[in-house]
Amino acid sequence: MDTFIQQVLNGLVLGSVYALIALGYTMVYGILNLINFAHGDVLMIGALTALSTVEVLQRLFPGAPGPLLMVAGMATAIPVCIVVSLLIERIAYRPLRNAPRLAPLITAIGVSIILQTVAMIVWGRNYRTFPGLLPSDPVPVFGATITITKIVVIALSAAIMVGLMILVNRSRLGRAMRATAENPRVAGLMGVNPNFVIAVTFAIGAALAAVAGVMIAATYSVAHFYMGFIPGLKAFTAAVLGGIGNIPGAMVGGLLLGLIESLGAGYIGQLTDGVFGSNYQDVFAFIVLCGVLILRPSGLLGERVADRA
Amino acid sequence: MTLFFPSLRERPGAARLATIATLLVLIALPYIIGPFGAAWVRALAFACLYILLALGLNIVVGFAGLLDLGYIAFYAVGAYTFALLASPHLSSNFEWIARAFPAGLHMPIWPVIPIGAGLAALFGIVLGTPVLKLRGDYLAIVTLGFGEIIRIFLNNLNAPLNFTNGPQGVTLIDPVTVGAFSFGKMHHVLGIAVPSVYLYYYLLVALAIVAIIIVARLQDSRIGRAWMAIREDDVAAKAMGINVRNIKLLAFALGATFGGVAGAMFSAFQGFVSPESFSLMESIIVLSMVVLGGIGHIPGVVFGAVLLSLFPEFLRHTVTPAQEYLFGHVIVDAEVLRMLLYGVAMVAIMLYRPKGLWPAPEHGLAKPVAAGAPGAGALKTTGS
Repeated sequence: MDTFIQQVLNGLVLGSVYALIALGYTMVYGILNLINFAHGDVLMIGALTALSTVEVLQRLFPGAPGPLLMVAGMATAIPVCIVVSLLIERIAYRPLRNAPRLAPLITAIGVSIILQTVAMIVWGRNYRTFPGLLPSDPVPVFGATITITKIVVIALSAAIMVGLMILVNRSRLGRAMRATAENPRVAGLMGVNPNFVIAVTFAIGAALAAVAGVMIAATYSVAHFYMGFIPGLKAFTAAVLGGIGNIPGAMVGGLLLGLIESLGAGYIGQLTDGVFGSNYQDVFAFIVLCGVLILRPSGLLGERVADRA
Repeated sequence: MTLFFPSLRERPGAARLATIATLLVLIALPYIIGPFGAAWVRALAFACLYILLALGLNIVVGFAGLLDLGYIAFYAVGAYTFALLASPHLSSNFEWIARAFPAGLHMPIWPVIPIGAGLAALFGIVLGTPVLKLRGDYLAIVTLGFGEIIRIFLNNLNAPLNFTNGPQGVTLIDPVTVGAFSFGKMHHVLGIAVPSVYLYYYLLVALAIVAIIIVARLQDSRIGRAWMAIREDDVAAKAMGINVRNIKLLAFALGATFGGVAGAMFSAFQGFVSPESFSLMESIIVLSMVVLGGIGHIPGVVFGAVLLSLFPEFLRHTVTPAQEYLFGHVIVDAEVLRMLLYGVAMVAIMLYRPKGLWPAPEHGLAKPVAAGAPGAGALKTTGS
């Protein structure tokens, strides 16, 4: 039972990070019908920027308190990611908005490679240690333990998601976003500037990715140039699971995928008598993705039928 | 030759001459560049291997318009099939195989290559069936995931039963042997020494030529035209009576087959395979060859494959010394710079030259409608 609660807690941590990243995919997809392959790499840029900021600040103010450094790291990562993401949208996606479907997918892959290699040049090829900024004492919860960092991850993601829901459903900007997702041309006729809305969408997605990147780096204490790929892939799976283009769907999908993965990895050894171990954790997301695409391509909460190639 | 230079079509004599001249150059090439180092001949052989891969991917991406980001997985399937069936690895790990084949499992290439190609095609069908009836974007992400999954399995299937030997990979793979003729040894033909690398070069050139002919014939066939119809507009294609899903699946499986054959050749040529050779970067590299050369245009794809596979060799000989000369030490690795340039090239080509460096001639297409003419606006919306 203790293992079960432990795995559920781990799953919630993983899931809330996936949910944050999945929101970026799903919002862009909802408006542009485009898979932003570079999204995972934006996350990586965020994590590494935060790492550099924290390192510099630690050198300048040796006694600075950890939580403050964490906030400072996020505060630099978010604008950097927003700028990177807006540049990507402007250079690689906007000119191709009316091109054949294949074209923006290929530029997205190209951008992803560019970001990875640039990060490799700037931050090096090796794994970098992300300093433990929050107290690492385990807190007992129902017989299992959780660290402060993980509690912060869950709480912060929940707060961000609530904020995003309010923004999308209650504000004027949110209404413009929903209108553009429905039909960009008609939204344009109603006085919405679609280019502005699309840029804002990318910016919000990038900010969420930056937060998620810092969270991943803080939870696992590492950051490197390739760290965005796997979370990006899984967050996309989460978005598909929840119904791509659907904002609550991305949140539900993210949490669900996190739980599936962590419970799966926790029990696969027992279930298969040790033939498969937890090193197959990454396979679960893929199985879920294929399963969803076979059984319910529109996702759990999605209504739009995705059949147009 | 007329495939590469359509203008030769009117002059059959010149075309024949050009074909013979090209073949002679291809045969003499190792002896021309061989003196500069065997590494160059090796690079040429690899260029032919990449031609195979790029042609296979071109069927999927170029003809059928489906983005496959895990293409290298099929290459891995072919490579590991050959590696396991033609090396002592399995018999030294499984007793019953050792009992059945006391000298080790050394199957000749004739059954192994069809098995490898068939397995790759099977994987393609299994992977493509659920996804291909959905929109194209999903295929990109599923294949991307599949490419990673294959690598996870290759890395971890060494326990509890040792199938793939994990990250160490499989070694001591047999060279290609046809009858008593082994490609792994030095031979003498008419008193001229032909080292093993040269032999593989000739083998791969021959394979590449066969592949070019097959793909060219496919392109002009009923199936090829169906692929292109789907690429342009799958709803219209369906209305014309094309079974969209099956034709897409066929493209996917055929592309995978090419990957499987190339993988088997890679395995025999290297004598060693490990999961490291099948990373996402390899998939991206093959995709950049197709994109850079000219999506859907066979000569363009071949050109892209040759260009990009010789490019790192060229970079290694220029960038590293240049940096040492300028800054005293290496700042940017040739390998890293190569990936950066590939990324930039993919974006730039898509933005400014979407048909690639060697684009297909515009035959058979409707004349472009003048801007402002009736119908011009309607045409645009169908593409999105």
